[in-house]
Amino acid sequence: MSALVMESLNKSYGDLRALRDLSMEVRAGEIVGFVGSNGAGKSTAMRIVLGVLAADSGEVRWDGKPVDLAVRRRIGYMPEERGLYPRMKVSDQLVYLARLHGLSTASAKAAMEQWTEVLGIAERRGDEILKLSLGNQQRVQLAAALVHSPDILVLDEPFSGLDPVAVDVMSGVLRDQAAAGVPVLFSSHQLELVESLCDRVGIIKTGSLVAFGGIEELRRTDDRRWVVDGPPAGSWISAVPSARLVSTDATRSVVEVRGQADDGADQQILRAALAAGSVHEFSLLRPSLTELYRHVVSTDSATVERETVSA
Amino acid sequence: MSARPTLVEISDGAAVRLVAGREISTRFRSKAFIWTTVALVAAVVLGGVLLNLVSSQSDPTQHVGVLPETAAVSEQLVATGTVTGTTIETQEVASADAGEELLKDGTIDALVTSTDPLTVVVHTKLPDMLAPVFASLAQQEALSSAVTDLGGDPGEVGREIAQATPDITALEPEPEQDGAQIVAGFVAGILLFISLMTAGQLVAQGVVEEKASRVVELLLATVRPWQLMAGKVLGIGVIGLIQVVLVVGAGSGTALALGLVDTSSINLGVTALWVVIWFVIGFTMYALALGALAALVSRQEDVGSVTAPVLTLMMIPYIIGVSIAPWDPTNPLVVWLSYVPFCSPLLMPMRIALGEVDAWEVALALGLSLAVIPVLVWLSGRIYSRAVLRSGGRIKLKDALTGS
Repeated sequence: MSALVMESLNKSYGDLRALRDLSMEVRAGEIVGFVGSNGAGKSTAMRIVLGVLAADSGEVRWDGKPVDLAVRRRIGYMPEERGLYPRMKVSDQLVYLARLHGLSTASAKAAMEQWTEVLGIAERRGDEILKLSLGNQQRVQLAAALVHSPDILVLDEPFSGLDPVAVDVMSGVLRDQAAAGVPVLFSSHQLELVESLCDRVGIIKTGSLVAFGGIEELRRTDDRRWVVDGPPAGSWISAVPSARLVSTDATRSVVEVRGQADDGADQQILRAALAAGSVHEFSLLRPSLTELYRHVVSTDSATVERETVSA
Repeated sequence: MSARPTLVEISDGAAVRLVAGREISTRFRSKAFIWTTVALVAAVVLGGVLLNLVSSQSDPTQHVGVLPETAAVSEQLVATGTVTGTTIETQEVASADAGEELLKDGTIDALVTSTDPLTVVVHTKLPDMLAPVFASLAQQEALSSAVTDLGGDPGEVGREIAQATPDITALEPEPEQDGAQIVAGFVAGILLFISLMTAGQLVAQGVVEEKASRVVELLLATVRPWQLMAGKVLGIGVIGLIQVVLVVGAGSGTALALGLVDTSSINLGVTALWVVIWFVIGFTMYALALGALAALVSRQEDVGSVTAPVLTLMMIPYIIGVSIAPWDPTNPLVVWLSYVPFCSPLLMPMRIALGEVDAWEVALALGLSLAVIPVLVWLSGRIYSRAVLRSGGRIKLKDALTGS
């Protein structure tokens, strides 16, 4: 199966190491979310994939072969810094970009009509870009990434600045593309969105990939936590030696047990709580991507931000 | 979803053509371009018509009417006029009354009513050019009556006096400058300056437009930097060329139609062709230089400051060209600068229009310019591709040349 592979990418801007040994993979038909704080290296990695930036070392491969200009023409790209000719009509702009990617004039025109229709900007075809609202400019930008029916999609923050309706349209398009077998890599700060859309997530911190995998996989933490809505935990927690009280909020208590071993701790906790009174809710607490991200990004924050190469 | 369209392989040439095609269609739709072209064409045509009007109004030939009784003075009048540099045509008028009518409607400038004493009737005043002629004629009349009194032949003496001119030998004769050549030289210089300036700045603005709007990142994900640069230079070059050909064509056409030029002294077709050739060479050089420099900045406001050195470089040959060359086409400064690349596209066509240039001189200037172009292509390609994706402040030229 085809896959877009980034292998050991390194890039420095002067003293600043923007990427260090970044490796990740986007398989055909898969949506991969790329998250990380501003300046962590997401855009740098994407620009290297598109060849607008040269890596100091490392390689980007598609189908096992290094990505060259012919492959790049088959990538749909949405740069972080949005860019279209301000004084060019929407239709002319999209047809021009499609032709630069290798479409014939007729199919470029057909593709322009199709995508402006899908993205709800059909009636703005005759307008210059600068006359459109920011949201509509964003839709044209996505159309520009899709107009040549790319084999690979690389989108840098495609959701920023979109209204909820546009977010739904964009999500739908990404799902359709992935369903059609296109590998989709996108970056975003909207973690709920990433969580709902992506098959796998990469978390990048100061140029290094610190976590990469399926959401479920990432959620599997060292410790287990449960929420118990019932009698105050202080009255029964001592019955379970391995359990520790994390927090209490009125009748809701969060209880933690170290380790992932299947030791029946959950049953012990439930029994202890039931012995103390009636329990209304008992559930395993799974960290959201936001919590995972906070956890990953805040770790060792003393050594982050700007580490120099010379160090 | 419809079937995936097939992407065809884009050759280098096809990519350059696509980029150039966008530049051309964008300019053709731009009102600014259309109006500039219309204004330039109108300016040369109107200029030609005005020149024609002015030159026909100041027709130097003086028409003098003579009555049957004064007709004998005609020959002497024309001969005296030749000496003082005035072309005189005489016309016999039946009566003094008929002559006065002709004076009033401007057919004749003066009417000789009597020769003894010499009496001249004019409409308002005697034209300046005729005043010395009649003064001289009156002196000759006085002289001839004295000659008659002394028994000589006044007619023969009069003719001899009228034809007596000194022989003048010039050590360094001034080259004969034809008015049409001077005008053609001027027009060539001004036209090339305006069109190189505008087309060159279009390239600079186009580069910064793509950089400022960030569209360049999207473009460079599909085409190589040199293809983008070459397409832009080619497209704007074609546009500029169309403009120059239109203006040169309109100017030459007007000149030929109105008979403004003496076709024996200037070969208009060859001059026009050289203007076009030098535009192409000059544009290529200036466009490469300006395009590369423009890639160093990220905002339209900064284009001016970064391109200023090159535009100043363009001013120098132009100012020297229009202020010295038409009056002194063999001036050493003009001659030497007309060989120097970047100066030759402005000066050499002026020299060609002025007719003061040998074939080897043109060949030398062409050769030097053409030799510099590959170096410029390499340099500007290097600067452009390194600078165009680096946004933010102004990039130093040195960093763009040496950086990775």
